[in-house]
Amino acid sequence: MAKSTDEKLSTVKSKPYTDSHLVPAVQDCRQCGEKACLYVCPAGVYEWNNDLQQLTVKFENCLECGACRIACSKHSLEWKYPNSDYGITYKLG
Amino acid sequence: MTENKVDVIIVGAGPAGSAAAITLARANKKVVLLERGDFAGSKNMFGGAIYEYPTNELYPTFKEEAPIERINKEHRYIINDDKSSVSVSYKSEKPSTSYTVLRAKWDKWCADRAVELGAYFSPQTTVREVLKKDGKVVGIRTDEEDFFADVVILADGVNSLLAKQLGMRRDIKDSEAAIGVKEVLKLPKEVIEQRFNLGENEGCVTEIIGSPMKSMMGLGFIYTNKESISVGIGVNLDELTKNKITPNELLNLFKETPAIAPLVKDGELLEYSAHLIPEGGFKAIPKLYDDGVMIVGDAAMLVNNVHFEGTNIAMLSGKLAAETAIEAIDANDFSKSMLSRYEQKLKNTSFYKDLKTYKDTVKTAHNNSESFFGYYPEKINEFFEIITQTGYIPKKSLFRRYIKNFIKERKYSSLFKDIVSFIKISIGIIK
Repeated sequence: MAKSTDEKLSTVKSKPYTDSHLVPAVQDCRQCGEKACLYVCPAGVYEWNNDLQQLTVKFENCLECGACRIACSKHSLEWKYPNSDYGITYKLG
Repeated sequence: MTENKVDVIIVGAGPAGSAAAITLARANKKVVLLERGDFAGSKNMFGGAIYEYPTNELYPTFKEEAPIERINKEHRYIINDDKSSVSVSYKSEKPSTSYTVLRAKWDKWCADRAVELGAYFSPQTTVREVLKKDGKVVGIRTDEEDFFADVVILADGVNSLLAKQLGMRRDIKDSEAAIGVKEVLKLPKEVIEQRFNLGENEGCVTEIIGSPMKSMMGLGFIYTNKESISVGIGVNLDELTKNKITPNELLNLFKETPAIAPLVKDGELLEYSAHLIPEGGFKAIPKLYDDGVMIVGDAAMLVNNVHFEGTNIAMLSGKLAAETAIEAIDANDFSKSMLSRYEQKLKNTSFYKDLKTYKDTVKTAHNNSESFFGYYPEKINEFFEIITQTGYIPKKSLFRRYIKNFIKERKYSSLFKDIVSFIKISIGIIK
């Protein structure tokens, strides 16, 4: 059976920080038709919440690859590395 | 300012950073290697294989002592369709120059060798800013403190926020980067050797074009490790957005294609991982040096996508930047004219010349991804179907139909475009 992203992510050691290191600009996202972040992320970090009309950011799933930063056509994503001592640790890589 | 000052600060302990660190440590220079992860390699992944050159120059004992998984004896290429596949394989008994490794182990081993020779290693250290004084780079700022050096080498990877901060690198576009996603699947040693037809410690590299990334600029790969296999895909970011599909969905589809499914069968998922791959090629190489600073490895976009080469160019660029830094320290001159020697050295390497050779290849393939990754893989499979199938229809009619369909399906304009692209790529490579 094909595994979901969440199932796969359970194999990656991660120590999430309390605050998100990924901060999208809410207004820009509302006007964005493309929403590349929903598709390029290998970890399913971004989901569009229709009720709130904004992105849900599961930053604790982030693999720190930077795909969303590059794909965001409006450059509306504040993207930085997690603080020292936080984030993912691959044991194989 | 003198308290925290060394000769060289290197940001990032990947293949490029550690290569620079060990080269400087060998020359008895004071060098600090900074890494944001818990240990070198802890945030890194690739396919993947490392190569004999320049590894052997930097780490002469690597064949005996490094955590190598397998020595690659065979290279397979699969043209993948939904229900069939065509494969070509090259196997050689000549000494191999490529080895599979797992980066969390390999990168750590390399950084440890630099430390052994006197480099100072600081893990869990995220650099936020490059510090400048009078227009010259003089140090870096971490989450905790400032460090100063005569030369800063940026080996901070494909995203290189620091090169961007310095204005040395432009923003890369989504068409200039691919996402690599991979699963390491546990399999018994004997099963791997049987399944891939390998001897003890021998490895096989498989590159796959076509399904499920038909019409998308992307490739699949399988590498064999000691007791696991690394299975993954690399696909351009713009293709994912255009096709509204995620890398993980594509990877799952890839594993289900009939050519791949039996190779990955019963593999137990040990780890999922992802990393960006620079795809911009020669034209995306940023400014490589400035007063007090040099850029190496992925941060400098030094990846040859056509031949799956990256870590070798990374190591070599790190080594050349370090050798330039040594000359600069000895001459007490850290100006950009001094550090321009790094670019000169790099330009003389075969890697750099290769990047130049393929400067248009990836872009041309990308512009024609529908035909290169979709239509032609399909037609090649169809051709072999005719060759191998038996039935009531004479072969002559099948061949005629094949050619007729080819002309019918392919408008003259697109056929012409394909031929022009093919010629353009060929001429670009051999001229």
